[in-house]
Amino acid sequence: MSESTLNQRKSNWLPFTVEVEPRLTPPPAWFSWALTIGLIIFALLIGALVIAFAGGNPWAAYSHIARASFGSIGVLSDTLVKAIPLMIVGLACTIAFRMRIWNIGAEGQFFLGAFGASAVVLTPILPSDSPQWLFILTMLIFGMAAGAIWGFIPGYLKAKFNVNEVISTLMLNYIAVSWNNYWIYAVWTEGGFQMSRMFPRNAWLPRLTDFADRVPAFGGLTVHFGLVLAILAAIVVWLILYRSQWGYEIRVVGDNPPTARYAGIPIARNTVLVMMLSGALAGLAGMSEISGVVHRLQGAISPGYGYTGIIVAWLAKLNPFAVIPVAIFFGALILAGREIQPSGIPKMIQGIILVCLIASDFLMRNKIRIRRKGEA
Amino acid sequence: MDLIIVLQAGVATGTILLFATLGEIFAERSGVMNLGVEGMMLLGAMSAFSIATRTGNPWLGLLVAMLAAGLISQIHAFISITLQADQVVSGLSLGFLATGLSLVLGEGLSKAGTITLIPSFTVPVLSQIPILGPIFFTNQKLLVYVGYVIVPLAWYYINYTRPGLHLRAVGEYPAAADSLGVNVFALRYLYVFVGGMFAGLAGATISLAIAPGWFSELTTAGQGWIAIGLVIFAQWDPLRAAFGSYAFGALRRLVLDIQAPMMLFGLRNPFYYNPYWGFFLEMLPYAFTIIVLVIGSREAIRRRLGAPTALGIPYIRGERGV
Repeated sequence: MSESTLNQRKSNWLPFTVEVEPRLTPPPAWFSWALTIGLIIFALLIGALVIAFAGGNPWAAYSHIARASFGSIGVLSDTLVKAIPLMIVGLACTIAFRMRIWNIGAEGQFFLGAFGASAVVLTPILPSDSPQWLFILTMLIFGMAAGAIWGFIPGYLKAKFNVNEVISTLMLNYIAVSWNNYWIYAVWTEGGFQMSRMFPRNAWLPRLTDFADRVPAFGGLTVHFGLVLAILAAIVVWLILYRSQWGYEIRVVGDNPPTARYAGIPIARNTVLVMMLSGALAGLAGMSEISGVVHRLQGAISPGYGYTGIIVAWLAKLNPFAVIPVAIFFGALILAGREIQPSGIPKMIQGIILVCLIASDFLMRNKIRIRRKGEA
Repeated sequence: MDLIIVLQAGVATGTILLFATLGEIFAERSGVMNLGVEGMMLLGAMSAFSIATRTGNPWLGLLVAMLAAGLISQIHAFISITLQADQVVSGLSLGFLATGLSLVLGEGLSKAGTITLIPSFTVPVLSQIPILGPIFFTNQKLLVYVGYVIVPLAWYYINYTRPGLHLRAVGEYPAAADSLGVNVFALRYLYVFVGGMFAGLAGATISLAIAPGWFSELTTAGQGWIAIGLVIFAQWDPLRAAFGSYAFGALRRLVLDIQAPMMLFGLRNPFYYNPYWGFFLEMLPYAFTIIVLVIGSREAIRRRLGAPTALGIPYIRGERGV
């Protein structure tokens, strides 16, 4: 017999009572999505209150966000460019969170992915006149490998010493930034500037605008091949999670660790492997960003993609395909947020959305009944 | 490079970590892990600095910082205690929220100019003790001395007082505490609030005393996360937390100070001649946090000690749990 805590606090002065009881069956799918959309609207309202309190104009801020991110084909393309790393990082978080491993280190793995991909061009591992497909493939492998190594460390420490992965992955984020800075400032600096030299064109991911001579409508559109990589990654993550034995193990461990242990599922090994896959995906995001957008290694390559990816994964309810539209929403927020004042608004709205999301989960698990007094 | 001066500054820097760690110890001892420390510290630092610039009164800033961080911590308390959500996710989301809120409300604050800081002073007799005197009792901020007083008090409170017993009971075996008439929910709310106030105090210690100013997210630079790591290293014990915090403070200072002199112990200072090696020095506090975590976790396994048993588990009345 399980009773909720709220249950026992019936007030005597309200004309109705609020009762909470656990749901015995999961609510229908539409309820879940309606709740998500409802809470986004709710979060935007709260955000508006705070913006007004801070002396801004919430309506202007929001309409600016909408116009600056979906107003034309050009800005829509820019929104997608911001959404691509979020999609891939969101998938990285999805697979780790599904096993209830809290990989908060996607930001660092993203930086390492960017480093690994850059190393191919700047070390150089390939001669600068290599064909484009070879360049991209090698950068992909190096970026993902570097991210996987960065995911391996906390995974191994958790499996071996039961080290809290939230803190270890976060600490590795700071280390990753210093690591990249060392290479940017000391080794690969171009003429003392805090950035490497520009990559050769054949190390760039193809963009739509590169085909403008054949399809003029593509002119100026910077959406790059990373979008295809992101969608492929979503399919792969879905296949792993829902169509493979490994994915089944991951889900069992995530839902019920004792059951997994009794069933003989190797939790320690899966912890390491999932962290490595998660890191590799975040590394892929870093590679796609460096090769598709920035085209050089520099310090400011991420406005917190790794952290926003956490929210993307949660808002998508750890569903690999839902990650894509959710990432586009947050891509819009990041794109437009660069210009609005105060500059912390996108981050704050992300925080409010996440808090409301976590709180709303209560409604997924429990039914709330409001009864008039006197009713049985 | 004078080692005494580094250690003296290290104790001051460590005070920030100390407050945050103590607050988290209180919250976790009651069974609620709050990963929002970093965000709450930022909120504290921002509101303290903001109030101090507007009113010219750092004490008011300190008070508002503690209240603001304490209040925002109640969001986490509500979600994780009443709504029974996962504490990891809820704490993380609180961190995001508090960080974003601090950035929005702190907009333009970095150009605010000079403020009245928390005063420093030297303790008359104690500062004459060789070595310890200059490190701990000479020209330190008032808040540093507050830290010295609070550590034994917190230790005594948790281990030897009745409310402290209730605190531990709620974190170790809430069902038993509940059956003895201890209000588990109220106490958990209370200690999450206490944890938030300490985090706010830690933030205010940065912006009003140790490293004055508001530098958006760089104000805390991950110290809230280091504090959470220190809690595990400290095995939820205030005395060990003090040791860990001051050691980490000293390390942070050392990393900054070691790059300055041309000669180091009679040798050419490699960090002076290769300034880019500084990036590796920057990594040290974070790398050390991981090492300290490994030590803490291994020790917990060996001595069968460790986290409060009910840490991270929402208490649901009438349900079998710990």
